[in-house]
Amino acid sequence: MQFMIVVQGGPYTTQASLTALHFARAVLASGHKIYRVFFYHDGVYNGNALIAPPQDEIDLHQTWCALGKEHSLELIVCVASALRRGLLDATEAQRYEKSASNLDPQFTISGLGQLIDGALTADRTMTFGA
Amino acid sequence: MKKLLFVQSKPPHGSLQGQEGLDAILAGSAFVDCAILFSGDGIYQLLSRQHTDALASRDYAATYLALADYGVDQLYCVAADLKQRSLTMADLLLNPTLLDDAGVKALLHGADAILDF
Amino acid sequence: MLHTVNKSPDASALRQCLQFISVDDVLVLIEDGVYCGLSGKLCPANAIDSWLEGPSTAYAVLADVEARGLLGRIDPRVVLIDYQQLVSLCVAHPTSKRWS
Repeated sequence: MQFMIVVQGGPYTTQASLTALHFARAVLASGHKIYRVFFYHDGVYNGNALIAPPQDEIDLHQTWCALGKEHSLELIVCVASALRRGLLDATEAQRYEKSASNLDPQFTISGLGQLIDGALTADRTMTFGA
Repeated sequence: MKKLLFVQSKPPHGSLQGQEGLDAILAGSAFVDCAILFSGDGIYQLLSRQHTDALASRDYAATYLALADYGVDQLYCVAADLKQRSLTMADLLLNPTLLDDAGVKALLHGADAILDF
Repeated sequence: MLHTVNKSPDASALRQCLQFISVDDVLVLIEDGVYCGLSGKLCPANAIDSWLEGPSTAYAVLADVEARGLLGRIDPRVVLIDYQQLVSLCVAHPTSKRWS
């Protein structure tokens, strides 16, 4: 089966991202596929490459990146949510004349159409929120 | 064609969930028929006479009035929620269909996917 | 249908879920929702009792139970599951609803 995973919580503030990560790993370990992981609301903060948690804590950002890289996952960050919260890739940083970009290249900025497409195309949709 | 149900469960302005939920609804309307359930405090999103100037918060409630232009006309709310909040249809911007508990269960089970906000 | 509750009984999530859950659905307690699964001795007014007395099942994520020191405190009728078992529940139920 193909799973669509929607992450609506930022790293650490609530458990949403951590639970979604455990769930994503379990989906793959069960032999299923992940159609897309869509980060919305504060979930976009998971894409922040500047996150530097204490060394004895799980690095949620890096863990998502590693999972995405290992399994070639689409980690999509909603553009409107991202801009509002200051998550910018190089293109958006240039467009809005900001001094820096901070979205990890493992994540891709895209539109809400990716959320809708995922919900309509995947066999199962699971949402983890605040 | 798949049926998408959006559930708005938070009141407006205290968080961005309602506004971003509405953005998702508008995006969804471009793909398929979408239905919206206003559940719990979500019904407050449809309360009329929201004046946002002093707060400098976005007056996104006005966008609900344009939903028909996007082809979104399946709006529902929960009778028990209105009663609990001493609200009537006259207090709302729009006229969602009132559902009893059995109606809500049927709506939830009739959807192919549910997006919660 | 699969329903997830991620807030403790203090919030309205469980009450709202139980208002609309059907007998063929499954209830899964995740994150802070596992506090909803406390046994009646520890949480006398626990609304989940009515659900557990019926034919339907409630589950709680074991990792969340253990993290919160609730092992041995959860109602024995609540089935403790790992994340792969949660995936299996999702496979068995085409739609899911999040209550928070």
